Amino acid sequence: MAEVRYVQATRVYAKDAPPAVDALDLDIKDGEFMVLVGPSGSGKTTALRMLAGLEPLDGGCIEIGEKDVTWVQPKDRDIAMVFQNYALYPSKTVAENMGFALKMQHVPKDERTRRVLQAAKLLDLDEKLLDRKPKALSGGQRQRVAMGRAIVREPRVFLMDEPLSNLDAKLRVQTRSQIAELQRRLGITTVYVTHDQVEAMTMGHRVAVLSGGKLQQCDTPRQLYDNPVNQFVAGFIGSPAMNLQTAPLTDGGARLAGTVIPLPTAVRTAASQAGLRELVIGIRPEHLHLADGTGEIKGEVMLVEELGADALLHVRLAESGNQVVARTEGRKPPAPGQDVTFRVQPDDIFAFDPATGARIGS
Amino acid sequence: MSASAVPARTRMPGPQRFREMSNTVGWGVVAWVLGIAFFLPVLWMVITAFKPESAAETWPPRFTFSPTLAEFRLVFSGWGPYVTHSAIATIGSTILVLLLGVPAAYALSVHPVKRWRDGLFFFISTKMLPIVAAIGPLYVIALKAHLLDSIWLLIILYTAMNLPLAIWMIRSFMLEVPGEMLEAARLDGAGRFREITEVIMPVVSPGLVSTALICVIFAWNELFLALNLTVTNAATMPMYLISSVPQEGLYIAHLSAAATVASVPVIIVGWIAQRSLVRGLSMGAIK
Repeated sequence: MAEVRYVQATRVYAKDAPPAVDALDLDIKDGEFMVLVGPSGSGKTTALRMLAGLEPLDGGCIEIGEKDVTWVQPKDRDIAMVFQNYALYPSKTVAENMGFALKMQHVPKDERTRRVLQAAKLLDLDEKLLDRKPKALSGGQRQRVAMGRAIVREPRVFLMDEPLSNLDAKLRVQTRSQIAELQRRLGITTVYVTHDQVEAMTMGHRVAVLSGGKLQQCDTPRQLYDNPVNQFVAGFIGSPAMNLQTAPLTDGGARLAGTVIPLPTAVRTAASQAGLRELVIGIRPEHLHLADGTGEIKGEVMLVEELGADALLHVRLAESGNQVVARTEGRKPPAPGQDVTFRVQPDDIFAFDPATGARIGS
Repeated sequence: MSASAVPARTRMPGPQRFREMSNTVGWGVVAWVLGIAFFLPVLWMVITAFKPESAAETWPPRFTFSPTLAEFRLVFSGWGPYVTHSAIATIGSTILVLLLGVPAAYALSVHPVKRWRDGLFFFISTKMLPIVAAIGPLYVIALKAHLLDSIWLLIILYTAMNLPLAIWMIRSFMLEVPGEMLEAARLDGAGRFREITEVIMPVVSPGLVSTALICVIFAWNELFLALNLTVTNAATMPMYLISSVPQEGLYIAHLSAAATVASVPVIIVGWIAQRSLVRGLSMGAIK
C-alpha cells in the first residue's frame, strides 16, 4: 500500500502536437480509490500508463510511496494492472494466468496455488474454472480472471484501464459495485480510468476530471456535482448533462426564454468586474421545476423520455429556440407539443465565463 | 452459397437470377479445370510409376496395363543414403531457421531495433539475387572450408536460403500478438526470454508450424545447390531422381516411381499440418 503522486508529469507524443498529458499534478492518498475520467483523447489512459511505466515521461516525475519511480521498470514498481481487453494469456489456464507474475518472482508452487485459490474465492470464481483456458470463459468470467491476476500479486497500487467496457450493461453495474467493495476490503490504492462519468461518480472516493491533457478538477463526486470549477466539468459530470445556455446580461439577471432570470449578487458583481455582456447559464435537469403556467421559463415539450421513476422532457425554449432537458416525476408527464413553464431557484444556477469557461461568482 | 443468401435470391427477377447462377457455375468450372490441369501431371506420374517400363513409353499412352511394384522395389533398394541426407539437411536447416528466425523476427517487430526497416529489406534483398550468380563464390568458399560434398554445407546453405522468408513470415505473425498482452507480461515481470517463450510463442505457434512446413518443402525439393556442391556424401533425394535417369535404355517408369516416393514426405507433412497451415498463412488476413 502506498500513496501516489504525479508531479508536473508530462507526456508529449509528437513534437508539434500538444502534450497528451500536460503538467499533471495529482496526489492520491494511501488506500484511496481515484478515478481518472474524461472524454477520449483527454489523456486519462496515458496518465495511467505513465504510472504503470509503459509510457515514458517527457517532464516531471511520478512517485509511489514517496519514492521517485519515473525511471523504474514496470515490474519493479510493485503495481498490477487490469487491461481493457483483459490481456489474458490464451495458452495458459486460468490458474496459470493468475499465478504468472508470482512464477516470475520465483514464488514456490504451493504458495502460488494457495494465493490463486484465495483470490479465486475472493472473486467468487468457481474452482472448476481454474483449469480452463480463457477462451472457454464468458466475458464476465474473463474480467474476473483479469482482476484475479492483479489481486494475486498483492501489489501496492492497482491500475485499471476501463475494465468494464467490454461487459454488457447489467453485468457492468454489478461488477462496478463488486470492484468498489473489493477495493474497500483490500484497502489497496487504486487508480481507475473510465470515460463513463456514472462509473466515476459511483466508484471513486475522488474523481479527477481530465480534458485535453489537463487536469480540470479533482474532488469528491459530491463536490464535482455541486461545485464544478468550470463549464467543462459542469457539462461532463451528471446525466443527463447540465443545460448550458448562453444568455445576455441585463439589470439584475440574465435574459433567457423570454424572461429575466435573477442571478445571485456574487455572480453579478463578478460578471460586471470582468466586463462581460453575456454569460453561460448552467441549470441541471432536476432543477428545472415544472410550474403549472406560473413559472418564468417558457417552452414547448418536443420529446418525453420515460425512465420509470422519472421522465426526461426535451423542451424547446421560447424566444431562443434552444433545447433543454428537464427531469420530472415519472407519473403523468406533459405530452409532446404541450406548452410548459419552469421555475428555478437562484441558488441552483451556475454561471460561466463564455470565453474561458471558468465558473463565475462561486 | 450460404443459407442467408437464399431469401434474397428468391426475390430476384428471372434474368438476374439466371445471370448469378451462371456466374457461380462459370467460376466453378474455371476452378475445376485449373485444379485438374494442375493435378493431371501428378496423376500421370503416379500411374506411370505402377507401369512396367515397356508400357510406360508407349505413344499414345495406354491405360490398360498390369500394375507392378517392380520399379518401387528398385527405388527402395537404392534410395537409402539419399533420403537420409535429405532428411538431415531438411530437418537440421529447418530447426536452425526457427532458432534464428524467432529472435530475429522479435527484434524486427515486438521490440524493433534501430533501422529495423533496413534490416528487414536486407533480408529479403538476399533473395533477389539469382542463386546461379552466387554459386561460383559459394563453391570456392566451400572448397576452402573443406565442406564440399558435406551435409553440414547443405544445412548451412538451406538455412541461409530459407531464413529471410521465415523472418518475414514470423514477423508478420508476431505483429498480430496484442500489445496489451505484451504489456501485461512486462508488468508481470517477464524478461525478454520469458516474454518470447511463455507469451509470444504459444500465440504464434500455428504461424511457426506453417513457416517450418514451407522451409521443409523448399529444403526437401532443393536441387541446384545440392547438384553443384555435393557428389555422394551429401547427395539428396532430388539428386537421386536425376541419377535414376540412365545414359541409355528405358527410365520413365523408374523415374516416376522415384518422384512419387520423393513427393510422399512433403504430402504427408502438408496433410498433417493442413489446419495450422491455413490458420498460419491467413493469420494476418483476418482481424
